Amino acid sequence: MSGWETIIGLEIHAQLATRSKIFSGSATAYGAPPNAQANLVDLGYPGVLPVLNGEAVRMAVKLGLAIEARIAPTSVFARKNYFYPDLPKGYQISQYELPIVAGGALDIVLEDGKVKRVGITRAHLEEDAGKSLHEGLPGVTGVDLNRAGTPLVEIVSEPDLRSAKEAVAYMKKVHTLVRYLEICDGNMQEGSFRCDANVSVRKAGATKLGTRAEIKNLNSFRFVERAINYEVARQIDLLEGGGEVVQETRLYDPDKGETRSMRSKEEANDYRYFPDPDLLPVALDAAFIESVRATLPELPDQKAARFGSQYGLSAYDAGVLTASRELADYYEAVVRAAPADAKLAANWVMGELAAALNKESLEVTATRMTAERLAGLLKRICDQTISGKLAKEVFEAMWSGGADADAVIAERGLKQITDSAAIERAIDEVFSKNPGQLAEYRAGKDKLFGFFVGQVMKATGGKANPAQLNELLRKKLGG
Amino acid sequence: MSELHHIGLAGAAAGLRARRFSSVELAETFLKRIERNQETLNAFISVTRAQALSDAAAADRALAAGDGGALTGVPIAHKDLFCTRGVRTTCGSCILDNFVSPYDATVVAKLKHAGAVMLGKTNMDEFAMGSSNETSYYGTVRNPWDPRLVPGGSSGGSAAAVAARLVPGATATDTGGSIRQPAALCGITGLKPTYGRVSRYGMVAFASSLDQGGVLTVSAADAALMLREMAGFDPNDSTSVEREVPDYVALLGEPIAGLRVGLLKEFFDKGLDPGNERRVREALKVFESLGARLTEVSLPNLPLSVPVYYVVAPAECSSNLARFDGVRYGHRCEQPRDLQDLYRRSRGEGFGAEVKRRIMTGTYVLSAGYYDAYYLKAQRVRQLISADFTRAFASVDVLIGPTTPTPAFAIGAKTADPITMYLNDIYTIGANLAGLPAVSVPCGFVGKLPVGLQIVGPHFSEARLLTAAHAYQRATDWHTQVPEGYA
Amino acid sequence: MALTREQIESIAALARLELSAAEVPVYQDSLSRILDFVGALERADTASVAPMAHPLPGLSQRLRPDTVTEQDRHAEYQQNAPLTAAGLYLVPRVIE
Repeated sequence: MSGWETIIGLEIHAQLATRSKIFSGSATAYGAPPNAQANLVDLGYPGVLPVLNGEAVRMAVKLGLAIEARIAPTSVFARKNYFYPDLPKGYQISQYELPIVAGGALDIVLEDGKVKRVGITRAHLEEDAGKSLHEGLPGVTGVDLNRAGTPLVEIVSEPDLRSAKEAVAYMKKVHTLVRYLEICDGNMQEGSFRCDANVSVRKAGATKLGTRAEIKNLNSFRFVERAINYEVARQIDLLEGGGEVVQETRLYDPDKGETRSMRSKEEANDYRYFPDPDLLPVALDAAFIESVRATLPELPDQKAARFGSQYGLSAYDAGVLTASRELADYYEAVVRAAPADAKLAANWVMGELAAALNKESLEVTATRMTAERLAGLLKRICDQTISGKLAKEVFEAMWSGGADADAVIAERGLKQITDSAAIERAIDEVFSKNPGQLAEYRAGKDKLFGFFVGQVMKATGGKANPAQLNELLRKKLGG
Repeated sequence: MSELHHIGLAGAAAGLRARRFSSVELAETFLKRIERNQETLNAFISVTRAQALSDAAAADRALAAGDGGALTGVPIAHKDLFCTRGVRTTCGSCILDNFVSPYDATVVAKLKHAGAVMLGKTNMDEFAMGSSNETSYYGTVRNPWDPRLVPGGSSGGSAAAVAARLVPGATATDTGGSIRQPAALCGITGLKPTYGRVSRYGMVAFASSLDQGGVLTVSAADAALMLREMAGFDPNDSTSVEREVPDYVALLGEPIAGLRVGLLKEFFDKGLDPGNERRVREALKVFESLGARLTEVSLPNLPLSVPVYYVVAPAECSSNLARFDGVRYGHRCEQPRDLQDLYRRSRGEGFGAEVKRRIMTGTYVLSAGYYDAYYLKAQRVRQLISADFTRAFASVDVLIGPTTPTPAFAIGAKTADPITMYLNDIYTIGANLAGLPAVSVPCGFVGKLPVGLQIVGPHFSEARLLTAAHAYQRATDWHTQVPEGYA
Repeated sequence: MALTREQIESIAALARLELSAAEVPVYQDSLSRILDFVGALERADTASVAPMAHPLPGLSQRLRPDTVTEQDRHAEYQQNAPLTAAGLYLVPRVIE
């Protein structure tokens, strides 16, 4: 692929976490029986009219403020006209010429640790469409309009992304942000957060953009990466073979790992946008915008910077721990309860805890290993009651059973031996049992030092304080 | 009680309250007239006799108990584009022939709340697209003054019904003249309120930025009563205005001496029938005699109102009517081959010729490459027309002129050329483009045919318009004339 | 402005309207005349005029509180539907 440059822009669709729909009082809850949450407005009945949900507007403004964009004093809803069974009115209410949010940016961290600023062209409010179902319906398609009218914010990036990895990093960043802002639950399996990727390639050094293809409806980070990589390779192959890229909509097939043309959506793409006469311009004054600003939480980047300065964490660790608000809150609760070593806390949260959660597919908020319990364990490491190695055994016992650190340590007798006399006794015993090795060591076979450490540890059930053991052993062998 | 059908809307309300007659008697009187004249006039699409009599009986019980609202027991009819719960709502279209609305339009609910009793749903041009009632799937309505002539449109059924005294008042809608033009052609009073005064929720949309619900009645006093009960803010309609509804009835008696009347120069053009012009000029003399001061004003951009309208209205209609796709309600073609076939045949079979014409016109003017030249250009000229009105209302209180260029014309006379038909609304469209209220009142006859006088006012000046119309109707008796055979 | 037969067919396709062979020339004629008629707009000087999308100036959109006000009434609403099964509206198979 050398000699080619990849250009990617993402259009991320985030469902806003409102209780009711953007233009009707229907519930937005996921998983209701078909059409149970589709009222007359959602069904596009004759004579009905849309009324805008104020919370959807607040959420869009919140996003705009978080990406330091301009909040439009006046934004306008427009109709995007096309026929499709999941689009009951024959048009989607969206924003076109005057979106509510314009001109923001987000920073992403690249693999080499460099920070890249990704421009966000605009973010606009619109209504989601319903769903078409095919399974178990021979020869027909079933239409469920429960999702129709769910508020979406569409976040359109500049074509600033240069690889699938960058695209994923950006999408993850947006995902983190919308959950911090509590404007989207981020549930990708349920379709609450998904994106379309505009992908093109050009010869390295060229200034003109190549023809792009739009890959629709990517609903996992993995699919985004694979779909883009496939598409880039496809386009380069085409161009290197003397062909041309056609501007079109494509669909990613995760089973085959390829993208293919979506001709059904190509038939009529003259959307005939015009301002929706059923809705008035949305006018937002400074007081409204400031009232939204007052609800902004500490944002991911701000939190990561604070974790760096307050807890002495590396940028990488701070980034991992602030990837979700829940994880960051958990970490801070651990540090509050066991303040002696914030770095140790970070290692445990990112290491043992994350692995255990991952293994059982648990959210950090759902674990019985509460921050207080984990802090109880860390305190025993800090005060040298147990060694780091044994702490892992304690953690496992705490995870599978219900007991706290102290109880596990007491029950299993894992308390570390820090009494020098006791350690010395154990060393002497090992020496007397292994006179041959002792003689070899003294004759110059230094490597046997490890052997003695192991034997003493074995004799003490691993409980000897390693630092003390080393020191005493060296003294006795050297003496 | 043979004259009960001449009682009028306000008269019926007062008579019921005084218990001079019962609501059941009243309903029965009008139902019989509706049924007797249905074949001749074709004014109704549905007559809801059983429900009407049961509602009337309930109204009588309420009246006996001393309860009830301003219209308790008063019979009315709804134009068949107001959604009525549990009652077929067709919009005059084959595509909604089997459509039973699961909800009431706000206007319907408000009039129900005021106690009115619905007798049925009136005929109309399909989706309100027409000026003659000839585009209805349910056949042409005939003018009670002469059954060979059109009643006007699109609210032709409501207008013919009121003119023939089949009902004392009916709801109607006006997108480009659809209340005022049939009022003029049928010799009755028709009021189109300010855009946003009456909720559009439950009114099947034709052109959303122009549509406004209103009333057709015998007199301005009746219109004042009916409007008062149906106007007002509706949280279900984002374009309805949060503004108090004045008591139009109480304000009817205000004097009009000193009223500054503007004669709209552009309305007295070469298209105006000399007979109509004479009647309008005579009416202006009456206003002078009542103390009004006349001045001529000019709205230079007004002649472009019909071209503006025939871009904006079809554009909005092409989008509004996209929902009729044979999936969730309405006509669906037999045995669709595939999805596109389902759409194309259901819509092709379900819509009539004029509706298809407007959908295609609107589709074209919004499509890529034409949007700026047609749609945006029209909306800019609309701004100019609106500014013309604003300027005029800086120096006059109301504008007065003819409602239509000619009296009622023959059925079939203007169906060949859509432009000829469209030009019938040349004097009425301006008020829709600018969202202004306007009323048409009868002002005499040309031959045996009634002529309408139009009064246009600034936004939310309905009280002023009704007061002026009422003063005129106290000085004249044109509005009390009944077509031969319907006395 | 004379529209061609192909233009009429493509407008009808965009609007999802089946036209019979006899209808096409009728619309070709009347749409051409309508476009000529509205062509009069070209003459108006609108250089510095903003388009007017709404008849009442100065109003802005009201915001609704975020509350759920609707119940499940799909059985009632689907009484108007030509074809349903298991709560779903049915259409001919859509292939993507």
